[in-house]
Amino acid sequence: MVDLRRAAAIVGVHEHVTRYAPDKSELQIQGESIIKALEDAGLSKKDVDGLFTASMSVRNSGLNLADYLNMYPKHVDNTTVGGGSFEFHLAHALNAIHAGRINVAVITYATLARSGGVSVGTGGVGRFGHPRLDPSPDSFEELYGLTTVGLYAMIAQRHMHLYGTTPEQLAEIAVAVRHHASMNPEALFRDEVTVEDVMRSRVISSPLRLNDCCVITDGGGAVVVASPEVARNCRHTPVWVLGTGEAVAHQGAGKRDLIYIAAKQSHEPAFAGAGVTHDDIDMAMIYDSFTITVLETLEDLGFCEKGEGGQFVSGGTLRVGGKLPINTDGGGLSSNHPGMRGIFLLMEATRQLRHQFDGTPRQVPDCKIALCHGTGGALGSRHSGGTVILGRD
Amino acid sequence: MPEWNKPLPTVVGETRAYWDACRQGRLLIQHCDKCDEYQFYPRGICSHCWSEAPNWVQASGKGTVWTYTVTYQNRTTGFDQGPYVLALVELEEGVRMFTNIVECNPNDVTIGMPVEVTFERATDQISVPYFKPAL
Repeated sequence: MVDLRRAAAIVGVHEHVTRYAPDKSELQIQGESIIKALEDAGLSKKDVDGLFTASMSVRNSGLNLADYLNMYPKHVDNTTVGGGSFEFHLAHALNAIHAGRINVAVITYATLARSGGVSVGTGGVGRFGHPRLDPSPDSFEELYGLTTVGLYAMIAQRHMHLYGTTPEQLAEIAVAVRHHASMNPEALFRDEVTVEDVMRSRVISSPLRLNDCCVITDGGGAVVVASPEVARNCRHTPVWVLGTGEAVAHQGAGKRDLIYIAAKQSHEPAFAGAGVTHDDIDMAMIYDSFTITVLETLEDLGFCEKGEGGQFVSGGTLRVGGKLPINTDGGGLSSNHPGMRGIFLLMEATRQLRHQFDGTPRQVPDCKIALCHGTGGALGSRHSGGTVILGRD
Repeated sequence: MPEWNKPLPTVVGETRAYWDACRQGRLLIQHCDKCDEYQFYPRGICSHCWSEAPNWVQASGKGTVWTYTVTYQNRTTGFDQGPYVLALVELEEGVRMFTNIVECNPNDVTIGMPVEVTFERATDQISVPYFKPAL
C-alpha cells in the first residue's frame, strides 16, 4: 500500500452552532459554514478546488451545492453511506490531493431534521409519508415495522444475550458523554445525568431507552482539507491524516453475523496505514447514534475483546482523564445529531489536536493522535464504517 | 377482514415466485446448485458465487429467534398502536429473515426460541409471512 501519511491535513473547521434553524435553508447553513471554515484556515473561495458533501434530503446535493456556491470544483464527491459519509469523504479527499487532482477540499453537511420534524429514529418507513417500498430489500423488511432505533436495539439485545452486557453498562456511555456535554456551551443537553437517570427513561425499543438514543437537531458545518504545501501556510497547526479505512456490513444474503460491525473491517487499514497501535490513540470520536453503537464500535475497532465492551466502558474509561476519552464535545447523545453526524467527529478531533481547550477540563492532555469512526445506516440491517486516524506534529 | 394499513411489498420479476408462494401458504428461499449456498432475500442472481440462476426451494418454515426488539414507538401507520416484536429469525436452512413474532405476548419472546411460519392475508395478491412460537 502507498504510504499516504501526512499527504493531506485538516486545516479549517467550522461547526454551525445552531441546533434549531427553521428559517434557514440547508444550503445557507453550508455556505455560512464554508466561509467560516476557510477563515479558520486562512484560505478563501479561490483556493477551493474540491467539493465533498452528502445530504439526507437533497438529491444530487453536490450539484446543487456547487450551483449555490457558484463554484466549479475539479473534484466532486457525493458519497452517501449514512452518518459516516464524512469519514469516507476525508479518505477520498486525501486520495485526490495525493494524486495531484486538487489542493484544497471542502467537506460540508447541513440538515434541518429538527425544525422539519423528521423522526429520524422512530419514524419508520412512514416518516416520509405513505411508503411505496423498493422491491428489495425494503419489501422484505419494512413490512415488519423497522425503525432505526429498533435495528440498533436488536444488536443490543443479542449482545446482552451472548455476553451478559447490561443496560447499566450501556447507560455508562450516555453518562460519560453527557459529562462532556456539560463542558460544551453549544451542546443541546448540558445537565449531568446518572446511570439511574438513564435507567428511568422510557423504553423506546427494548432494550434501548430514550437516553440510549441520540438527540435530533438542525445544524451543519464544514471541514477544509489541504495538501501539505498549503497546510504549512495555514493559520493553525496542521491536523494530518495518518490513516483511513472504509467498509460496509450487511446481512450477507442472510448469513453474516451482524454482531460484528463494519468497524471490524475498516480499522485494520487505518491502523496499518497510520503505523500506530491502539495505545497510541489519545482520544477517540466514536459515532454515538445510540449507546450500543459506541460499545460495538470500541470492540470491533479492537480497543477491547469482543464481548468485553460492557466492562471496558465502565468506571470512567471514556471520560477526559480516563484511558480512552471519547466524544469530548458531548457527541450525538447530548450535543447535536442533525440526521448525519460524521462530520462533527472530524471537527472535535481537530479542536483537540490543536489543543484548543488548553487550560480547561475539556482538553485531553497532550493530545497527539486521535481516531474518528463514523457509522452510517443501521447495525441490524446494513451500515457503513469509516475509520480515520489523525495526528499533529 | 379489516383493511390492511401496513406497508405492502412491491413485487417484480425476480421476487414474484416468493410472493406467489406466500399467497399459497408456502415460504420459499433460494439455493444455488453451483456453490451449494442458500440466500435470502431472493435475488435474480446468486449473491455468493455470482451465477445467474439460483433455484427456488421450499423452506421448512421452522427456525429460531436470532434476535428481537419490542418496539414501543414507530410513527408508521400500522405500527403506531402499541408494542410489537420485530425479529430476525434464523431458518433451519441457515439464512436469517426479518419478521414479526405474533400470536404471543411480546414479553415472552426470547433469543433461541423455536418459531414457525404463519401467513396473514393482506390483500388478494399479498400474504405476509410471520412467525409464531412453535408447538
